[in-house]
Amino acid sequence: MTELLEVDGIEVRYGAIAALKGVSFSVRRGEIVALLGANGAGKTTTQQTVSGLLRPASGQIRYGGQRIDGVPAHEIIRLGICHVPEGRRVFARMSVVENLQMGAFRFRRVRPEALDRVFTLFPRLKERAKQSAGTLSGGEQQMLAIGRALMGEPRLLLLDEPSMGLAPLVVRQIFEIIREINQQGTTVLLVEQNAAQALRLAHRGYVLETGRIVMEDRAVTLLADDRVRAAYLGEDLGEG
Amino acid sequence: MTFAAGGGSVGRRDAWYHKPDVRRLGASLGVGLVLALVTGKDGRSGHFGSGIAAALGGVRVPSFLAVGLALWGVATGINRYGDEMRRALAPATAARKRVTGNATFRTTSLLVMLVVAIGIPPMLSSFWQGVLVEQVGIFMLLAVGLNVVVGWAGLLDLGYIAFYAIGAYTTAYFTGTLPVQPPIVLNPFLCFPLAVLACLLAGVLLGAPTLRLRGDYLAIVTLGFGEIVRIVANNSDGITNGSRGATNIPHFSIHLLGINYDWTLNSLPYWYLIMVVLAVVVLLFFRLEHSRIGRAWAAVREDEVAAQASGVATVKIKLLAFAIGASTSGLAGVIYASKIGFISPDNFLLILSISVLAYVVFGGMGSLFGVMVGAALLTWLPQFLRDYVPATDRNLYIGAILVLMMIFRPAGLLPARRRRTELSLHDIPEAETVAVPAPGSMGGSI
Repeated sequence: MTELLEVDGIEVRYGAIAALKGVSFSVRRGEIVALLGANGAGKTTTQQTVSGLLRPASGQIRYGGQRIDGVPAHEIIRLGICHVPEGRRVFARMSVVENLQMGAFRFRRVRPEALDRVFTLFPRLKERAKQSAGTLSGGEQQMLAIGRALMGEPRLLLLDEPSMGLAPLVVRQIFEIIREINQQGTTVLLVEQNAAQALRLAHRGYVLETGRIVMEDRAVTLLADDRVRAAYLGEDLGEG
Repeated sequence: MTFAAGGGSVGRRDAWYHKPDVRRLGASLGVGLVLALVTGKDGRSGHFGSGIAAALGGVRVPSFLAVGLALWGVATGINRYGDEMRRALAPATAARKRVTGNATFRTTSLLVMLVVAIGIPPMLSSFWQGVLVEQVGIFMLLAVGLNVVVGWAGLLDLGYIAFYAIGAYTTAYFTGTLPVQPPIVLNPFLCFPLAVLACLLAGVLLGAPTLRLRGDYLAIVTLGFGEIVRIVANNSDGITNGSRGATNIPHFSIHLLGINYDWTLNSLPYWYLIMVVLAVVVLLFFRLEHSRIGRAWAAVREDEVAAQASGVATVKIKLLAFAIGASTSGLAGVIYASKIGFISPDNFLLILSISVLAYVVFGGMGSLFGVMVGAALLTWLPQFLRDYVPATDRNLYIGAILVLMMIFRPAGLLPARRRRTELSLHDIPEAETVAVPAPGSMGGSI
């Protein structure tokens, strides 16, 4: 497998505070990679830096061998990196279809096949095509956010906390769809607090702690790791 | 939200005087009372409160209160029994929709409006023809331009009139009526593209550094810009002729391919000129609204970060809205300068920026047709009131209408489809938990 995304020692600062202190990881073509960690570990910052919403103070990001650190977001999306931001952030007062059209903003025209694909993945969105996005339920909004990113026809999909605030059943449903998207050929970088679910889905995982990568391994290995289980899966090691 | 309905545990927001209906009643009666007291007969100087005393005497206060009450009654009735009424009228509404949704109906109504716009003005007195051009027409153009900035891109511009001034001064310069002479003296027609260019440039110069700001900050910066333009025009004696302004700006004229026509002091030809310009602008904007760019503006207005993540170059797209609005304003400036023949810094006061914004909000932010109707109504009304109320009272009535409008119809006279959902969304507490909003929570958006 070849590396699609290589992040090499990036540092990101918010004023005087360093949020990322030299984070390195890589995502190979066709993989699902999970980025785990507690609140404030730097997961979202990492993803926003990859998608161009933030600029790293130092370090390199390479995508398909090409350097993309410091490239603005609207140009990064043209390379095929689409971002589903934390908290969904659908355009509440626009209709479902309009939201999806916005996702295809990088193209002059919305390809009907792309729309069909999203509607096949999320039949619920088709039912509510003309409804304004703000009236959807949380799960549906998450589907819409993912669908919107898929309209940009990504090669690399960045997902930030897709399980946030959703009922367990809905989370399972969403994760199943992420697996399907991946099997259709899209590489996924997944940021999650829900470590158990994320590791069951992902091929490999990285653990972030206060702006540094502290662990990396295959997902199954991490899932069995004592430290991960204690810190992120909330299991009592005495019984394990 | 109805848990606290009974007993002593009534929550603050549930007290009777917090009910939307009651609050609206208070507001409309309040507006009526204030209006009754501050308008009408002037008091005598030196006799404190004599004007108010005079108003209290007759039927003035009761009649104003009655109008307020009637308005409230109608609005509340619609609010409360609207659903039943709509259900009862459903067949009629469906029939109406079949007719109005029809393409032939639309073209017909457009043609009727066109005939009215062409056919009625010649029958008016020259006073009303003047009002049509200098007030209604010019401000419709300005409102349509500001609508792009405020209604579509969601940028609060309080210095919009500065671009109108730049358009007018560009015309004065290129027609050779300023102390500094242009390289060539041009017909005002040729000033249209130059004014558009000048306004685009000014819009980009102002916008590029400031459009990174959001909301209130942008409003303050544009407010400052508007005043700077006016004060510079006022103080640059050698360039703009200072407060004396530019005089004898020539009228439009066509001498082309055997067609010879000169616009004169007569207003009517100017009305037709404005109609042509407005028609072109509205047509362009209508296409723009439903284009990819129009959607991007809506997205930026909704959620800038999400728009950015969807690949919108947010600063550029905002700059585009700003520049398009500015150049529309410039067109209006050219027409105004040539029509009146005289401009001075006093034509470009802050109050005009605020007025145009009021027209846009009144008509329905984001609705192309709405803002034109809003501008037309609110520029016509003061002239109409001229014969019925003292000159000093006119703006008070306009103000009262704006206040009542915001109480009863906050989305404006003819709201844009998207804005309508925007305001009604506030009534839905949490999309996740509530499928059908409780009746008590509807319409509580004062």
